[in-house]
Amino acid sequence: MSGPSTYEPKTGIERWLDSRLPIVRLGWDSFVDFPTPKNLNYWYTFGGILTVCLMVQILTGIVLAMHYVPHVDYAFASIERIDRDVNFGWLLRNIHAVGASMFFLAVYLHIFRGLYYGSYKAPREVLWILGVVIYLLMMAAAFLGYVLPWGQMSFWGATVITELFGAIPLVGGPITEWLWGGFAVGNTTLNRFFSLHYLIPFLIAGVVGLHIWALHVPGNNNPTGISVKSSNDTLPFHPYYTVKDGFAIAVFLLIFAFFVFFWPDALGHADNYIEADPLVTPAHIVPEWYLLPFYAILRAVPDKLGGVILMFGAIAVLFVLPWLDTSKVRSMRYRPMAKWFFVIFLLACLGLGWAGAELPDKMVPGLEAIGVDFLLFGRVLTIYYFAYFLVILPVLGFVEKPTERPASIDASVTGGKSAAPAAAPAE
Amino acid sequence: MTDETQTHDGDGETRRDFIFIAAGVTAAAGGVFTLWPFIDQMNPAADTLAQSTTEVPLDSLDEGMGITVMFRSRPHFVRRRTAAEVTEATDVDVARLPDNDARNVNIEDGAPATDENRSAVTATVADGVEVDPAYARSILVTGANCTHLGCVPTGGEGDYDAWFCPCHGSHYDTAGRIRRGPAPENLPIPPMTFSSPTTLVLG
Ligand code: HEM
Ligand code: FES
Repeated sequence: MSGPSTYEPKTGIERWLDSRLPIVRLGWDSFVDFPTPKNLNYWYTFGGILTVCLMVQILTGIVLAMHYVPHVDYAFASIERIDRDVNFGWLLRNIHAVGASMFFLAVYLHIFRGLYYGSYKAPREVLWILGVVIYLLMMAAAFLGYVLPWGQMSFWGATVITELFGAIPLVGGPITEWLWGGFAVGNTTLNRFFSLHYLIPFLIAGVVGLHIWALHVPGNNNPTGISVKSSNDTLPFHPYYTVKDGFAIAVFLLIFAFFVFFWPDALGHADNYIEADPLVTPAHIVPEWYLLPFYAILRAVPDKLGGVILMFGAIAVLFVLPWLDTSKVRSMRYRPMAKWFFVIFLLACLGLGWAGAELPDKMVPGLEAIGVDFLLFGRVLTIYYFAYFLVILPVLGFVEKPTERPASIDASVTGGKSAAPAAAPAE
Repeated sequence: MTDETQTHDGDGETRRDFIFIAAGVTAAAGGVFTLWPFIDQMNPAADTLAQSTTEVPLDSLDEGMGITVMFRSRPHFVRRRTAAEVTEATDVDVARLPDNDARNVNIEDGAPATDENRSAVTATVADGVEVDPAYARSILVTGANCTHLGCVPTGGEGDYDAWFCPCHGSHYDTAGRIRRGPAPENLPIPPMTFSSPTTLVLG
């Protein structure tokens, strides 16, 4: 896609098709001969892993939908039936439920990779924004999916999240009733959630297409953050990265399989095996692990509307990140200060996840002496979360002195010794 | 361009311009009108809107007992309070409550959140029915969804001897008024009518 095509149809059929629908050419130029920086490390394999995750969710989801009944009187029982009676139903459901967690694990590593190597900076702003759109859609899909088994966590999670919209002044009430299709979360709500849960993964697939298109125009970033300068800096995607991605996918699937077969409910909540009851709220309701940091931000604010604004703001700020980071240097490898603020940011996000999982008035273990409860803990980390984007990154660009960067990607790998083109040149 | 596409008279406006604008306006207006049914279908349907009523027999409630009933697909607390609970709620300075609106559809909007304005004394009484005012005053009916994000608070807990919401820590008092925590409003009072001295009809 960048530069002239190197595809040469060899057989008559290929030539015939190429002059009518050049689809083989598109695949060749995108995934076979695509020039890729030769220094990509394993943090760069998560794109491929995410594609596999999406396919796994869609395949298992379509099959689950053949047995699942989206009705408040039957939904819970139909899930039990999938687990107990449907042939291999237990396997398919475990893959789908564990798959959602693995999907988020991969997307978080993928996002933090981008944050560290500055992949959101010019010329990849649109690529980054499309990524944030995918992340938003994933959260919507996972939230809607979690409602479907119609357990206690499903019901109360759905209630709390939809009531968030009630915080909007004036139109909040009508909007929540519009979302519910009634006066509380009920059968109508479950029906539409199922419909949307089925739809969103296909929207994601569409945006992933755009995401890869936007990747193939500027090409990959890389751990040095330096742009590709010559064919010495790149290798063809196949076989070099098909193999590297393939190996990473295999390792990832091993971990995935471990959870599916030995620990399928590790990341779930026992309360969700109790059927939904609108009369009783479980003593401690928490969202799935991958949404916990946002839940902590929501609770950090004592005001209903303020909490909601801050929670959505935490995602909105990602959209404008390319224009908030003022440094000319992409990779934090060469940013001695930003590097440490990044590490603290990573820890802050993990800490927010922890705060989201605990009761707000519980003391933070180890900090009892100075009277820090999880509410205060969450508040401090929330402030750091926003400060990282709104203060630290904008200011660092002006005050930080980057360390010396290698002359080229090639030089960073070979120390500048390879004067001649590599054995398998990209062109 | 061929001659047919040129201006017919000298004013610079062509039939094509006209068709272009007319088609554009029609498409835009048509788009909006087409979109609306797709949006509005998500609003509560006619059968959902049909206003239902729920009858609550109170004679089985002893002093200090409460039940939870469903009314218009939402849980509601029905409680016969003890004299001490009523006194406790009456003695509160209304001006110092986080929400000093009674939130009671049975009386006029914006009435102060006194205990009297919150209790079933404000219920309509059906023709020919005699209700003991002290008895009615002891009855409290409120929506059971926390006004923060909708969890059902647990009874007999919290710092005000009535309800505590476990989700994010809101405390309600014996008149169902928010006293502390993130919830912004008092628990709402549904429309209610005494159809007999010991039967309340919600709705
Ligand atoms: C982005 C991709 C997807 C994500 C992140 C996702 C996530 C989830 C989650 C978290 C659950 C709840 C699992 C549980 O606790 O049991 C779920 C359930 C379900 N999903 Fe998905 N899903 C995705 C794609 C799909 C697709 C494409 C379909 C259908 C074509 C589908 C159909 C279902 C069904 C029928 C259930 C209920 C059965 C169950 O709970 O295991 N999902 N999904
Ligand atoms: S829902 Fe009751 S405190 Fe949040």
